[in-house]
Amino acid sequence: MSEPTAGVGIELSDVTKRYPGQKTGAVENFSLKVEPGELLMFVGPSGCGKTTTMKMINRIIEPTSGSITIDGEDVLSLNPDELRRHIGYVIQQIGLFPHMTIAENIGTVPKLLGWSKSRIAERVDELLRTVALDPAVFAKRYPKQLSGGQQQRVGVARALAADPPVMLMDEPFGATDPITRLRLQEEFRRLQADIGKTIIFVTHDFDEAVRLGDRIAVLSERSRIEQCDTPANILAAPANDYVAGFIGRGAGLMRLALIPIGEVSLEAPSAESPALGVDGSLRDALDLLVLTGAERVNVTDAGGAVAGSLTHAGISAALGASRSPAGSAS
Amino acid sequence: MTVQLKRPSSLRHFVTPVAVVAVLAVVFAWVATLDLDSIEARTLNAGYLIDRTREHLVLTVVSSALVAVLAIPTAVLAHRVRSRVVRAIVVTLGNIGQATPAVGVVILLAIVWQTGFTTALVSLVAYCFLPVLRNTLTGLEQVDAATREAARGMGMTPNQVLWRIELPLASPVILAGLRTALVFSVGVATIATFINAGGLGDMIVNGLKLQRFSVLLVGAVLVAAIAVLIDWAAGLVEDRVRPRGL
Repeated sequence: MSEPTAGVGIELSDVTKRYPGQKTGAVENFSLKVEPGELLMFVGPSGCGKTTTMKMINRIIEPTSGSITIDGEDVLSLNPDELRRHIGYVIQQIGLFPHMTIAENIGTVPKLLGWSKSRIAERVDELLRTVALDPAVFAKRYPKQLSGGQQQRVGVARALAADPPVMLMDEPFGATDPITRLRLQEEFRRLQADIGKTIIFVTHDFDEAVRLGDRIAVLSERSRIEQCDTPANILAAPANDYVAGFIGRGAGLMRLALIPIGEVSLEAPSAESPALGVDGSLRDALDLLVLTGAERVNVTDAGGAVAGSLTHAGISAALGASRSPAGSAS
Repeated sequence: MTVQLKRPSSLRHFVTPVAVVAVLAVVFAWVATLDLDSIEARTLNAGYLIDRTREHLVLTVVSSALVAVLAIPTAVLAHRVRSRVVRAIVVTLGNIGQATPAVGVVILLAIVWQTGFTTALVSLVAYCFLPVLRNTLTGLEQVDAATREAARGMGMTPNQVLWRIELPLASPVILAGLRTALVFSVGVATIATFINAGGLGDMIVNGLKLQRFSVLLVGAVLVAAIAVLIDWAAGLVEDRVRPRGL
C-alpha cells in the first residue's frame, strides 16, 4: 500500500455567504485556520450555517466574499470541477450512484482523473479492504444490495479514492442507527489515525464531536464561532452559556472518556477487586466501579500484570487535575 | 441482506406474440373461406397487405425516431435552464400538439402545405412529442438531489453529470415515454390515408366507404396487431437496456 497523501492546511478568512433578498448572511465573516492533518468538527444546531460554511470550501456553494485557501492556494481562483476532484466529499445521504457497481462508484474520481483501468481496480480493492468490505463479495454489487452501514463505508471509500489531502464530511454517520454509528465512528477514528487527512466534519451531535475531533468549533447562528478548542478544553471550560448549553448534561462523563487510565497516577492494588486494562479510559473505570459496586478497580498493564488501582476519589481527582489544561491546541 | 436483481422472467415475453399470431391466423383463415369479389380481391392479397403494412411501419418508426431526436434534447435543455417559465412554455407546446385532434392537424397541414408522406410525418411528430418530452423531464427531475450533489462534489462537470448520472437514471422513464409514443403513432398513422400518405388506414377507410366488411376488419386487426407487437418489442428493449441496480 502506497503512503497516503498527508493533509494540508485550510484557511478561511472573512468568508461570507449572503443569499439574494436576505438581509443577514447565512454565514458572516467566518475566519478559521485548520492545521494540516487535523480533524476539525463543526458543531451547531440545524440551520446555523455549518454545512453552508463547509460547502463553500469545495464551492458547492459559492462564497459572496472572503477568501479560502487550501495549502496556500486560493480555491476561488481554481476551476471548481478540478478543485473538487482533489477534495474528498461525503454527505449524509451518501449519494451512491444506484446504477453503478460498488467498484464503479469508488472508481468515479480516479476515472475522472484519467487513471488506467488496472490502477483503478487495484485502488478499489485496496479501499474496500480499508473500510472492511471484502472486495470479492462487494465490488460487483449494486448500492441497493448493501445495508446502510455498508453503503456509508463505500461513501467514505469513494471520497478517499484519489487520495485527496482534504476531506469534507457532512454528517456522514447521521442516518445510521446508533450501534452502526458507533462502529463506523470507531473505524473512522482508526482510519484517520492511519491516513492523517485534513478533515472538516460537520455534525449536530456533540458526543460525536467529542469522540472524533482533534478540535471542535462550536457554531451558533450565521456560523459564528462561539468556541474552537480541543474537546477536553471545551468540556472543562466552556467559553459561554451557549457552549455550556450545547454540551448539555454529562460533561464530566464525556471528559472522563477522554482521559486514558495510563495518564493517571494509580494507587496500590487490592486483592479482591475487578480489573480492567490500562488502555481503557477513566469512564470505563467508573463504569466498572458502578456496575460491580466495588470500592476500587485494579488496572492491568499490557502484559496482564496488575499495575495499580483506581477509586471513585482517584477518578474525581484526575478529572479535577485535567481542569487546568497544560496546553491548548489552538 | 441481499436484494436480488433479476430480470423479468422470459415466459411473459412469449405470451404476447403467440396471442397476436393466433388472432391473425384466425382472421386469415376466415378470409380464406370467403368468396372475394373484385374489390376485395384487389385488397386482400399478400402484395397489397405487405405494402400497406410497410408504409404504416415506416410512418410509425420514422416519426417515433424523430420524436426521440427532437423531444429528448428539448427536455434536457428545458431541464438544464431550470427556469419554470421555459419549462411551462415547452410543456404547453407539447400539450397543444397532443390536444389538437390529429385528423385536424393532418388535414390543415395538407391544405396549407402539401399532401403525402412528409405532411403525415410532421403531424405524427407533433402528436407524439408530448409523452417523450414529459417523461424525459420527469425522469431527469426525479434523480435524487443527493446523487446529483455527490456527483458534482466529486468534480463531475455538468455534462458529465448529465451523461453519466442523470440520463442513465432517467432512462427507464424516458424509454416508457418512447414506448407510449410508438404505440400512439401506430394508431394515429391510420389517418395518413386522408392525405394520400398510405398505410393501413387505406384499408379501413376503403372498407368503410365501399361496405366491404372483410377489408375493414383485416385492416383494423393488422393495425391492432402492429400496436400490440410494437409495445411488446419496446417492452423487451426496456427490460434489456434498463440500468442494472435500479
